Amino acid sequence: MASIRFDRVTKKFGEFTAVSDLDLEMGDGEFICLLGPSGCGKTTTLRMIAGLETPTSGRVHIGERDVTFMHPKDRRISMVFQDYALYPHMNLADNIAYPLKVRGESETKRHARAREVADVLKIGHLLERMPSQISGGQQQRTSLARALVYPSDVYLFDEPLSNLDAKLRLEARGFLNHLQRDMGMTAVYVTHDQAEAMALATRIAVMDAGKVVQYAPPLEVYRRPATTFVANFVGNPPMNLLPVEAMVADGNVQLKAEGLSAAPLPVSRAAARALDGNTKLTLGVRPEHLTIARGGEENTISGALFANENMGPETLVTLERDDAARFTARIFTDESLALRGTVKLGFASEHVHLFDPGGTRLPMDHESA
Amino acid sequence: MTRYLNLYFTRIGFSVLTALVGVLFALPLVWFIFAPFNPRAEMGLAIPDPFSLSNFETVFGNRFALRGLWNSLVQSVGGVILVGAGATLASYALSRSPIPGKNVITYILLLFSSVVSGSAAMVPIFLIVNGIGLIDTQIAVILVFAGGLLPTAMFILRDFIDSIPKSYEESAMVAGASPVQAFFDVALPVIRPGIVVVVVWAFVNIWGSFLIPFILLRSSEKMPAAVAIYSFYSEAGTPIVTLLAAYSLLYSLPVIILYLFVSWKFGFRFFGGIKA
Ligand SMILES: Nc1ncnc2c1ncn2[C@@H]1O[C@H](COP(=O)(O)OP(=O)(O)O)[C@@H](O)[C@H]1O
Ligand SMILES: [Mg+2]
Repeated sequence: MASIRFDRVTKKFGEFTAVSDLDLEMGDGEFICLLGPSGCGKTTTLRMIAGLETPTSGRVHIGERDVTFMHPKDRRISMVFQDYALYPHMNLADNIAYPLKVRGESETKRHARAREVADVLKIGHLLERMPSQISGGQQQRTSLARALVYPSDVYLFDEPLSNLDAKLRLEARGFLNHLQRDMGMTAVYVTHDQAEAMALATRIAVMDAGKVVQYAPPLEVYRRPATTFVANFVGNPPMNLLPVEAMVADGNVQLKAEGLSAAPLPVSRAAARALDGNTKLTLGVRPEHLTIARGGEENTISGALFANENMGPETLVTLERDDAARFTARIFTDESLALRGTVKLGFASEHVHLFDPGGTRLPMDHESA
Repeated sequence: MTRYLNLYFTRIGFSVLTALVGVLFALPLVWFIFAPFNPRAEMGLAIPDPFSLSNFETVFGNRFALRGLWNSLVQSVGGVILVGAGATLASYALSRSPIPGKNVITYILLLFSSVVSGSAAMVPIFLIVNGIGLIDTQIAVILVFAGGLLPTAMFILRDFIDSIPKSYEESAMVAGASPVQAFFDVALPVIRPGIVVVVVWAFVNIWGSFLIPFILLRSSEKMPAAVAIYSFYSEAGTPIVTLLAAYSLLYSLPVIILYLFVSWKFGFRFFGGIKA
């Protein structure tokens, strides 16, 4: 096991910058998720740890070793590929045991070890099969087995669950979580699925256009998204974001927008100074923090009912205002089913997020730091 | 009702037509199978009566013709080994390495190859081979064939390798394999169906070629079967049909055997990456 460190790493493909000036420390035994939309540079970052891409500038360290230009075979890593990369001409036993074969293990030893790992992953009965003769979920577990068959300093995953159907994905996610708790492995896990990142990570690096916009534990990313980009990416459905007019007086912010009735909000002194008079801000409220207004709420917002989707445990209620802006609430009571016409939703001030015109989150008064 | 009748007659007409076309193509093949065993074979189609091997006896008595078959084999196998090995390594490099302008290289080579293996370049090729002092050697024939076939072989194989995910070799290297190990353990077995196609194609090409060996070789004992077959023509240029038929059958056997062997062993199938 070892830590990983990126030192001002930039990766360009021709003129295009895929990863830009990356500084990142990943601790020994951590499970780091690289989260972001397609094309933001997650895979490129992972491949620089694996040695499958060489940084244009900067340094990559694994533990005490500078591995920037080291060949992948010498890095003591394991990797699970998005397409699994199972060798079509080898049966599962040989596929799983291949890393041991390269290390010169005897056939009996490596097949015994392959069987051990395969049994843990419940594919022990398939060892004689060829990769084309097993299901997608079994292929996924085979590629996982191949990564676990030998001890590595670092385990790398590139969207390993994205080719599975929803049910298998949940199952595999739970297993990975269990494995991490069991082995305490150092892992870097690339995904565009925020739920996977929330469920697995000890820390999430949210990436956008080749840069890390927030690097924090999952709950921190969820509770205090650093930017509107993060707020929009994490959470399902994502955070509601509404443009509002803000007036600052005596360290309080008064928000104004169509259909919005808001109590004055205490904002940290530093942020209040930065705001300086009238400004256009973005108000953020998570769908799960909105309730149907009964009177007495600190803040309310209203709009015409646009959609009312029953999910079983909850209902997704979407309202539309006159300016076509929409916001969604997760309502956990059955009364949502009877909603008609104009609907008023309430939310507590402690659940309010404010973002400056540049999209950066303003620290609220009740938060430390 | 008339619609159905119409359809009926269209189907019948179509079947009759295709059957006729089929027979037209089958006739020469039937001749090809019967004539060698007919001591009185002519251009017309006839069932051998009596069925005899005397044509083959005469052909086997012709040293020059038998040597021709052996020479064809030497030249084809030699050329195929060069083309197979060369095209595999070159197209793998072209597909996997980040050489700038590698597409241009491939297309220019392809363009040149159609010139080189064509008869237009025969004079310069002869001059070059003569200059190196390789005239009248099997090596010269093999080299010229390899040079002419390599670009197209590389083009076919590169397309094939491009369609194979890089993640095969990448996962091998991450698992501890050197690039050479990754190539032999993982890439080569996956590329093999493509190599087989190229090898068969190259073999058939060289096996059937007349012009290049005819020009580059002098001594009759080095000529391949495609040239030697002319020993079954009389001085006046008329074919001795009986012997020609027997020799042609012998001449085509290796190609047929190769096809059968390959389709039995490899099935001419292409398989790329596994899709979930
Ligand atoms: N080998 C390459 N050559 C050129 N561009 C590349 C290459 N690999 C990745 N890119 C580009 O770099 C960007 C980031 O890619 P990637 O790291 O794969 O994104 P992600 O994994 O986040 O979807 C993409 O815009 C992609 O097109
Ligand atoms: Mg990716």
